[in-house]
Amino acid sequence: MIISISWRNIWRNKVRSLVIIAAITIGIFAGVFTWAFYRGMVNQRVQTAIATESSHIQIHAEKYRENPDQKFFIKNIDSIAAIILETEGVKAVSGRIMVNAMITSAETGAGVKINAIDPEMEKQVTNTHTKLTAGDYFAGDKKTPLLIGEKLAEKLSVKLRSRVVLTFQAMDGTLTTGLFRVGGIYKTANSMIDETNVFMKSSDAVKLIGISPDAGHELAVMLMDNDAERLNLVTGRLKAAFPGLDVAAWREIMPEVSIVEESMDLMMYVFMGVILAALIFGIINTMLMAVLERVKELGMLMAVGMNKSRVFRMIMLETVFLTFTGGVFGVGAGYLISLVFYHKGIDLSRWADAYEKLGYDTIVYPVIEFDIAWQVAIMVLVTGVLAAVYPAMKAIRLKPADSLRIDM
Amino acid sequence: MKVIEIRNLVKDYTDSAIQVRAVNQVDLIIEEGEFTAVVGPSGSGKTTLLNLLGGLDLPTGGEIFINNIRLNDLTATGLIDFRLYNIGFVFQAYNLIPVLTAGENVEFIMELQGKPRSERRKRSHELLESVGLADRIDSRPSKLSGGQQQRVAVARALASRPRFILADEPTANLDSVSAQNLLDIMEKLNHDEKITFIFSTHDVRVVRKARRVITLEDGRVVSDVRQV
Repeated sequence: MIISISWRNIWRNKVRSLVIIAAITIGIFAGVFTWAFYRGMVNQRVQTAIATESSHIQIHAEKYRENPDQKFFIKNIDSIAAIILETEGVKAVSGRIMVNAMITSAETGAGVKINAIDPEMEKQVTNTHTKLTAGDYFAGDKKTPLLIGEKLAEKLSVKLRSRVVLTFQAMDGTLTTGLFRVGGIYKTANSMIDETNVFMKSSDAVKLIGISPDAGHELAVMLMDNDAERLNLVTGRLKAAFPGLDVAAWREIMPEVSIVEESMDLMMYVFMGVILAALIFGIINTMLMAVLERVKELGMLMAVGMNKSRVFRMIMLETVFLTFTGGVFGVGAGYLISLVFYHKGIDLSRWADAYEKLGYDTIVYPVIEFDIAWQVAIMVLVTGVLAAVYPAMKAIRLKPADSLRIDM
Repeated sequence: MKVIEIRNLVKDYTDSAIQVRAVNQVDLIIEEGEFTAVVGPSGSGKTTLLNLLGGLDLPTGGEIFINNIRLNDLTATGLIDFRLYNIGFVFQAYNLIPVLTAGENVEFIMELQGKPRSERRKRSHELLESVGLADRIDSRPSKLSGGQQQRVAVARALASRPRFILADEPTANLDSVSAQNLLDIMEKLNHDEKITFIFSTHDVRVVRKARRVITLEDGRVVSDVRQV
């Protein structure tokens, strides 16, 4: 019956209870929706980074990541790739020749990184081929085609079929130049990538750089899915299989992306904590009012034999019911609205410049998952219990004889 | 058989740094089945005496025995349990739980005693029937008149099968018809079921019905008269 009394008590002053429930609902909704929004944004960032920038795992010659000099290359790259492809969980492997270069157009120049690739293999580890805004992805028999980012094209004032010159150091140390024609222009979510990366066929690079056809600087490994356990397992296996090479998962390759992902939940806990800390004062105030206007009734309850632990429990339950009702509506609303935008997306293209520079998509699809809902529910419950303690203590300190004397 | 015995009872209050003796060396014995009114002018100590008898307040001096249990020896928690099983209360302002129906208000005391639901329901129905409110068992207090609420309060006080009922000015807020009705019910319960009633009152109708009238003045018993 105490549960029933507690529930009915919160509806004695409907307006007051509804006001605090509305405040809790709005606060929790804001927290859940923001959490889902940032989780969606960070997930997209991670997925984009893996799909367009790094793949799941990269393998380099030792020292290459510390000092990306072309002399640190992997020998027998094709046979290594074949072994990797046999590993369980690996979907595709692509070898890359990487060289820093200067690109010049008729108007200006810029520093870039050449990614010399086998287009068919590369298609299986990154999605650059789906990001073309002009031209094609190394189709046909065009001579020395070059794929450049939209941002770089703007910078160089070049367009499709424009000629550009790449200048770089060959393996023997001599300065080499090559004339290329813009065969395709791509645009990813990361404008920094677009501005600093060009793609050419590895067969073109081999001749110009003077590198062995069976050598390369980077092996990009794509796994079957984004499962973290699989990533750790495959990374471990490859490290064991190739002790002389530097095998690194995407988290090691892109620590800035990893940090954002790992700290996102912590940030959201802090954010929810701030919201709930603000709400706790409103809840305490409401429950204190509820206790103080029922002093006589509480005195009567204790007079007729309701012990202090029951009175304490009753006030605790009232507070928890009040908080949890707002919490349920808040989580529900946050869940539903996030679900709507999960399908529709939230368009941030007004701030595209800023977001694209950081590698974030301008259409964000919030991701609401069950763990967010239950974590918020537990935080709300804890808030309710904490908020209940003071009013409940106040209630049990009442003396029945004094309380019954009060005229209310 | 003695239900209540008080010896040399004293209760002092400190009000704005002035010490007030609300009950002054009172000795009293209440026997089972008595229908007793405690009367006296405002401030004479009636309510304080009832609070002490009900274990709602602790005496400054003297002793209170109820069924030979010395209340002075009980802890605060012990007193709450003692009240639950031994004393029924009827308050001037009815003090029903507004969110519960009449039936639930009566059941509530039995719920605190841990009685099973079927027993609670049966007894609450019987008690409300005995105060003439069986048809209002599902009504909330706000839907009942003052007189009806006080009758529910009497039924609630009886729910725990107490040794006695303390009623503090039970008719003070009632019109004459409701007051008379309530008194008739309490008198019948006292007569038929030998339930001991102790009232504090100013109401001459209550005094007229009482078979024993104890008069207090300045916290002292100035007369103790048995009426026929």
